[in-house]
Amino acid sequence: MPPIFSSRSNTFVRVSIVVGLIAITAIVGYLVWWTHSSTFNQVGVKVPQPVPFPHNFHVAVLGLNCRYCHTGVDKAAFADLPPTETCMSCHSQIATNDPALAPVRDSWKTGKPIAWNKVYQVPDYVYFNHQAHVGKGVACETCHGRVDQMTTAVKANAMYMSFCVDCHRDPAQYVRPRANVYDMGYKPDGDQHKIGEKLVKDYAILPPTQLMNCSICHR
Amino acid sequence: MTTNSDEQRQPLDLAAARQQLREKKGKDYWRSLNELANSPEFEKVIEQEYPRQASLLGTLNRRDFLKVLGASLALAGLTACVPQGSDKILPYVKPPEVLLPGKPVLFASTVLQDGYGQGVLITTTMGRPIKVDGNPKHPATLGGSDVFMQALPLELYDPERLKQVMNQKTAKTWGDFTNALGSLSGNWGQGAGLRILSGMTTSPSLIDQMGALLKKYPQAKWVQFSPVARNNSLAGANLVFGQPYEPVYDFSKADVILSLDCDFLFAEPGHVRYGRDFGVRRQPISANGTMNRLYMIEGSSTMTGSNADHRLAVKPSQIEGFARAIAARLGLAVTAPTGDVAGQPWLDALTADLKSAGKGALVLAGERQPAAVHALAYAINQALGAVGNTVNFIAPVAQGYAGDGYTALKTLAQEMSSGAVDTLVILDSNPAYTAPADLDFVKAMGKVKNVITLANAMDETAVLSSWAIPAAHSMESWGDARAFDGTISIIQPTIEPLYGGKSALELIAALLGQPVARGYDLLRTYWQGQLKGGDFALTWRDLLGKGVIADTASAPIASLPTATLNGMGALPAAASGMEIVFEPDYTVWDGRFTNNAWLQELPKPLSKLTWDNAAYLSPATATKLAITDGDMLILHVGERNMQAAASIQPGQPDDVVVLSLGYGRKEGGSVLANSGFNANLIRTSAAPWFQSGLQVTKGREKYTLATTHEHWTMENRDLVRSTDLEDYKAHPNFAHDGEEQAITLYGQEERTGYAWGMSINLNSCIGCNACVIACQSENNIPTVGKDQVIRGREMHWIRIDRYYKGSANRPRFVYQPVPCMHCEKAPCEVVCPVEATSHSAEGINEMTYNRCVGTRYCANNCPYKVRRFNFYKYVDENVASMRALRNPDVTARSRGVMEKCTYCVQRVNEARIQAEAEGRPIADGEVQTACQVACPTQAIVFGNINDANSTVRKLKDLPLNYGLLADLGTQPRTTYVAQVKNPNPMIKEEA
Repeated sequence: MPPIFSSRSNTFVRVSIVVGLIAITAIVGYLVWWTHSSTFNQVGVKVPQPVPFPHNFHVAVLGLNCRYCHTGVDKAAFADLPPTETCMSCHSQIATNDPALAPVRDSWKTGKPIAWNKVYQVPDYVYFNHQAHVGKGVACETCHGRVDQMTTAVKANAMYMSFCVDCHRDPAQYVRPRANVYDMGYKPDGDQHKIGEKLVKDYAILPPTQLMNCSICHR
Repeated sequence: MTTNSDEQRQPLDLAAARQQLREKKGKDYWRSLNELANSPEFEKVIEQEYPRQASLLGTLNRRDFLKVLGASLALAGLTACVPQGSDKILPYVKPPEVLLPGKPVLFASTVLQDGYGQGVLITTTMGRPIKVDGNPKHPATLGGSDVFMQALPLELYDPERLKQVMNQKTAKTWGDFTNALGSLSGNWGQGAGLRILSGMTTSPSLIDQMGALLKKYPQAKWVQFSPVARNNSLAGANLVFGQPYEPVYDFSKADVILSLDCDFLFAEPGHVRYGRDFGVRRQPISANGTMNRLYMIEGSSTMTGSNADHRLAVKPSQIEGFARAIAARLGLAVTAPTGDVAGQPWLDALTADLKSAGKGALVLAGERQPAAVHALAYAINQALGAVGNTVNFIAPVAQGYAGDGYTALKTLAQEMSSGAVDTLVILDSNPAYTAPADLDFVKAMGKVKNVITLANAMDETAVLSSWAIPAAHSMESWGDARAFDGTISIIQPTIEPLYGGKSALELIAALLGQPVARGYDLLRTYWQGQLKGGDFALTWRDLLGKGVIADTASAPIASLPTATLNGMGALPAAASGMEIVFEPDYTVWDGRFTNNAWLQELPKPLSKLTWDNAAYLSPATATKLAITDGDMLILHVGERNMQAAASIQPGQPDDVVVLSLGYGRKEGGSVLANSGFNANLIRTSAAPWFQSGLQVTKGREKYTLATTHEHWTMENRDLVRSTDLEDYKAHPNFAHDGEEQAITLYGQEERTGYAWGMSINLNSCIGCNACVIACQSENNIPTVGKDQVIRGREMHWIRIDRYYKGSANRPRFVYQPVPCMHCEKAPCEVVCPVEATSHSAEGINEMTYNRCVGTRYCANNCPYKVRRFNFYKYVDENVASMRALRNPDVTARSRGVMEKCTYCVQRVNEARIQAEAEGRPIADGEVQTACQVACPTQAIVFGNINDANSTVRKLKDLPLNYGLLADLGTQPRTTYVAQVKNPNPMIKEEA
C-alpha cells in the first residue's frame, strides 16, 4: 500500500509549525501593543466636552480646591461633578456673556443638566471608592495626573488593574500626608518610602493581605 | 441525556416509601416523597450536580463538538479588546438637599397589604427606589418584612404596568378623562347610579374623601371587597359581642397558643409583627421566661402549622366540632358534639394546658373558619382571662367595614345586572378575576355603561373597563394607612410616577370635581385639619421622617361585654366526602402579585412549588384516588368544575383538595401567562373558603410542575438537629451527639481583625422566604423561568430547605435556610483553575465574576450546593426600567459565570470604609446582610465572630450551635442553632 502522505508533507508540517509560532507571537504582541496604545486606552486623548472647562485656569490660577466642584470625593464613592448651580455661583457674575459658557447658562435657564462626557471609565465590575482613597492619603494627582496643567481633563493613565494592584501591594510607594492630598506637583519631604511606611501605619492602611482581596474592588 | 426523562417518570411507590420509613432509625429527615421512597428518579436527580443540565447543547457528535470548541477558543478573551465607549454624566442643575451621589437615601413610608399598612424604609439610590425593608419604628413590622414587601421594587419597575389612560382600547390622556368625567358626572344627580368598588381601605384621608363623595352623591354606594378580607373574624365578634370588633393579638405574652386553622404567621394582618413576637418566645433559652407552645389544628398544610409543636390536619369542617368540645370542657355554654371529635386525644391535655396558662393562653381562629369558630375562640379567650393580655379588641381598622364584603359584592353584582348601575369606579381591586364564580361579575360588568378602573396593568378588570387609569404605585404616591393595630403611618413617594399614574386620592378628587388636585396637597390638607396645635410644618416634617404618627394605635374596646354564645346555633351536621379548601397563595397572595417574577419563582414554603399552584392532596388521598404527581384533575363542586394539576403533599389533611388563589390569570402581563389554575372558577360567595361535596376525576393529561424540593440536596446526611425541650434539658449537648472531630492536613490560621460569620437560628425560622426575596433584590439575582427551574437552574443565593420528619401522613416540619457557608477551608476555592473564587482576609469566600470562566468545578466540589451558574444570560440588560431596579453596588452577572452568596460584601465594604473614615472599628450590628434585615423573626444574625461580645459570637458559643457537615472539616462560618420544640409531654403523637 502506498503511503497516504508523500514525503513533501513533512516539510509542509515543519513550515506550518514555524509560521504558526511566528503568527501567534505576532498576534499576542500586537494585542499587547494595541491595548497599551492611546487609541485603545485613550490616555492623553482629549475628550470633547460641551463646555471646554479649563482645569489649569481654575486650579492653577484661581486656586480652587478640587472639592469645590468634586464635592463627594471625601464623602462618598463617587467624586461627583458640579451641578450647574456651582458653575453659576461665579459665572452669574464673571464672564456672563462668554459664548463658551452658553451651555451652562442654558442649563441654568432650562433646568436641563449639562451632559459631560466621562473621562475615566472603569468597568462596571470594579468598585472604586474615592472616599476610601482620599481619606488614606492617596492623592488626586496619583491617579489623575497634573490636572492643574490640563485644559479639558484628559486621562492620565489607563487604569488597568496592574495600576491599582501596584499600589495595593505596597501603598507606601504613593501615600502622602492627608494635608497634601489635593496638592498638585507635590514632592515628598525626604524618602517617599520611609514617609510612606510611617503614613501607612499612622493611617491604619490595611495590609496587602487584605488590600489584595478580590472583594475589596470586585463584588 | 435529554429531557425525556420527565416523560418517563415512574409513578411514585408509596408502599415503598412506607417500607423505607419503617426501616429508618434515629433522626431522619427527608425532603420529598421520591427521596423517602428512594425512587430511581430521585437517584437520578442526586447523581447530577444540575439535574437535566446536559441538554444545553442537545446531542452533539464529536466533530460538531470540536467545531464549537474551536470557535470558542478563537473568540475567547477577544471581547476585552475593543475600546470602551464613553458614558455621559449628568449632574444636577440644583442639587437636592439630602442627596450625596453614591450614597443611598432612605425614606420612611408605608406599603399596603389588603389595605393594612406596613411601615417600611425604602432605600433609594440616585432617586431610584431599589430596596424595601421594614421600618423598625412601625409596630406592624419592627424592621422585619415579608415576601410581598420585599418584592415591591420589581412591581414598581414592571415594564408591563399600565402606562397611559386607556379609553376603549385607545390611548388617551388624563385631561381627556377628566373632560369626559365632567360631562358624565353631570348626569349623576343624587348618585343613584354611581357605585365605587375598592379593596380594603384603612386610609383615613381616603375614607374622609369617600365621605365627601358620598355626601355629594347621597345615593351612591361604596363597596369594599377583597377575596381575603377579614370577614369571619369580624362576624364572629358580632356574634359574641354584638359589634364587629377586630382582634389584635400579642404573642409576646402568649404561653400556650391554640390556633384553629389560623395561619397567623402569614395570612393575618400584622403577621410580620406576630412572627417576631412568636419567634422571641420560641427560644429554649428565652430572655423573658418560658418557651411558648403552639397547638395547630388546620384544614390545609400552612406555614404556621409547620412551626407548631402539635399539629393536626383535618377537614376544615371538622374544626368547629373540636372548638366546641374545647369550649365545653372549659365550662362555656355551648352544645358540644356528642361523639368523638377530630383531635379527641388532645382534648384533655390541651384543656388542662390552656387552663393552667390562664391569661397567658391565646386561642385564635383563622379567616377560613366560619364566624362560629371565631366566636368560640373569643369566648374561650375571655373565659381564660386572656382578653386584655394576649388578645385585644379594637374597632375595625378598615373603618366602618363590618365584614360583609361578599354580601356587599353580591348586592353590587345584582344591581349591575339589573341595570341600576350607570357608573362603576373600581380602585385597587380586580373583581373580574377575584369575584366568586356565582356572582358572574364579568357579565354584570357588561351591563354597566361606564366602568372607570384605576389599574396597575391591563388586568382582567381593566380590559373590560371603559376607562382604565394607570395607578400610581405606593412608592410613587402620597397617602396614609392604618396598621393591624390601628397605628397610622404615611405613604410618601420615593420617585415621580414613572408612567403618570394617579393615586386613589387623586382619582376620587377628580370625581369630586378637582381634576388637577395633587395627592400631596390633598394629604397634607387633610392632616393639617387633623393634627391641631403646634407648628404643623414641623410636625409634618417630623412624621415624614419617622413614617409613623405616634400614639395612633386604636385603644382596646374599654367595656367589652361578656361573650354570649346564644347566637351560635347548633353544630352543622358533619359533612362526609371530600372537601375543596382554598387558601391565599404563599407567593402571589390573591393574584395581585402574579405578574411579579420574583414571587413566581419563589418556592412556596411547604410545597417548594414555583410558577404554578396545584391541587394539593395528602399521600393517602392520592393513593385512594390512584393519582400521581402532575396528573390533571377535574374538580367538580356543585355545578361548577375546573382543571388543576395534582401535587401530593405530605401533611395535607386526608379527603381534601387544597387550592391556592391567585393563579390562572389571563390578562395583565406576560409573567402571569399560562401559570397555574384559577380557583375562583369554583369558589362561591356562600362558601369562599371550603366546601364539601367535591368530586375529583382524573383527566388524561399530565402537567409538569416545577418544584425545587429535590434540588441542591445534600444527600441525607445529618443536616437538621432538632429535639424536644425535655430531651434538651437532659442533654443540652444533643446537637453534637456522635459528631466527629474533623482531622485536617491544612494548618489553622489565626483569625485577626474582623472575622465575619453568621448564625441561623432554627428555633426562630418560620420558613417565610422573606430572606430569599431580600437577597434577590439586594444582589440583582435574575429569575430564570419555569423551564429552567425544572432543569434545576434557579439562581437564589439563599434557599430554604424544608425537611419532613416522621411519616408521610403526619410529618413534622423543619426549615433550614442555606446560604453560602463561607467555609474557612472552602472546597470550592482549591479547585478553581483561575482563582475566581478566593478567600478574603476577613473570612469571606469571595466570588470574582470577571475572572470566572465557567468550569463549574467549584459547584461540583461544594458539599452544601450553594453555588449557582448562569447557564444563559438571565439578566435583562435591555429593558430600561429593569436596569433602574438594580442595586448599583452589585455587579450584574452575565452568561457563563458562577455566583453565590457573598455575605453582602458590598455592605461589609461600605461599613468598613465608613468606619475607617471615622477612625473607629465597625460596631456590632453595623453590617447587616439583606437576609438578616428582612427576617421577621431575627433568625439570621451576622457579625464579627472575633469579637467576644458580638451577638453572633454569643450565639456560636451556645451548646446548640452546630455546623452543617462540619465533619468534612470545611469549618463553615455559617452555623446553625439547633431546634428545640416544646410539645406537651401529656400528648403522645402517633407517628
